[in-house]
Amino acid sequence: MDSRSSDAAVLPPAARTPLRSTADNALKIVVVGGFGAGKTTLVGSVSEIRPLATEEVMTRAGIGVDDPSAVRDKRATTVAFDFGRITLSAESVLYLFGAPGQERFWFLWDRLFTGALGAVVLVDTRRLDESWYAIDRLEHHGTPFVVARNNFEPPRHSLAEVREALDLSPGVPLLDCDARDRESSKQVLIELVRHLYARAEAEHPHRVELESAP
Amino acid sequence: MTRVGQPARDDDPDRLYTVTGGRSQAPQHAFDVVTLIVSEDEPQPGMQSEHARILRLCARPTAVVEVAAELGLPVSVVKILLGDLLEAGRITARHPRFVPAQAKLPDLDMLKQVLHGLQKL
Ligand SMILES: Nc1nc2c(ncn2[C@@H]2O[C@H](COP(=O)(O)OP(=O)(O)OP(=O)(O)O)[C@@H](O)[C@H]2O)c(=O)[nH]1
Ligand SMILES: [Mg+2]
Repeated sequence: MDSRSSDAAVLPPAARTPLRSTADNALKIVVVGGFGAGKTTLVGSVSEIRPLATEEVMTRAGIGVDDPSAVRDKRATTVAFDFGRITLSAESVLYLFGAPGQERFWFLWDRLFTGALGAVVLVDTRRLDESWYAIDRLEHHGTPFVVARNNFEPPRHSLAEVREALDLSPGVPLLDCDARDRESSKQVLIELVRHLYARAEAEHPHRVELESAP
Repeated sequence: MTRVGQPARDDDPDRLYTVTGGRSQAPQHAFDVVTLIVSEDEPQPGMQSEHARILRLCARPTAVVEVAAELGLPVSVVKILLGDLLEAGRITARHPRFVPAQAKLPDLDMLKQVLHGLQKL
């Protein structure tokens, strides 16, 4: 893990781009996928900062610790993840997290996903099996998500075939992307937010009326 | 659950222990990884260097994860340091407005705002 985090080196303070002083509401979207699926690339291509790496301390039981003595006792280990951000307005800023999707990282997800708007599952079709667990878990957790196929080479299968191979529910959006391309990565995020919007509208048909009442 | 293939970092335990003064108390204040931290005070002479760095960093709003990345410390350790500063009134915390315990999905206005923000990119 630790060698992997080196590809998103920490910026020197001089190169930091601070948020506006009016920023007061941060939102989260998580990008999950197997090793090398293009998570850091996608985050980096839409982020206004270079992806930053950080880590979380985890106990062997899989619970994030706020207890450094557990670290001292070597009962804990660290897991690296990276993130970028997009300023949405004077008040709102969206943080994008790139997180490994394999089963053994589930404890990291629980921590990061709490409060996330939704997730993007980034799929490398040469290694479809690395996405199964992520999809399964998101579905069980009820976290809204879209699946994006990152095309490292010209695709050899139709999206319908990919949908079948992943056993995706019909309601889950599936699209192609090039994680290196800003516009393409942006479309993936837009697709997710549209999906969220449709779900929010369907699940809370009265919410708009309630909120607009005086 | 085993942690095969994830070596513990040898240099970390003692460093983390020192930074947090060996405390094992969970912080009283729940910070989200994207809670925005704002300094309310200048660094003081003699202050613990991590505290001083946080105050300099958060002259403008800075998310907890950004503080962690800049300090090169794990998020949970940074939360302890932030708890100290919050208790001392040296920082304020702007928590995310979307709290999933209250709503499974964010409200439509917020989603519209996100969509507009992304489309402008
Ligand atoms: N051809 C091609 N290469 C890509 C694409 N996306 C990413 N890559 C390359 O694939 C490699 C892995 O991409 P990363 O973004 O580091 O993947 P990751 O999911 O963050 O990887 P880990 O964090 O190591 O699991 C890098 O060398 C990228 O430059 C793509 O759409 N097409
Ligand atoms: Mg990566």
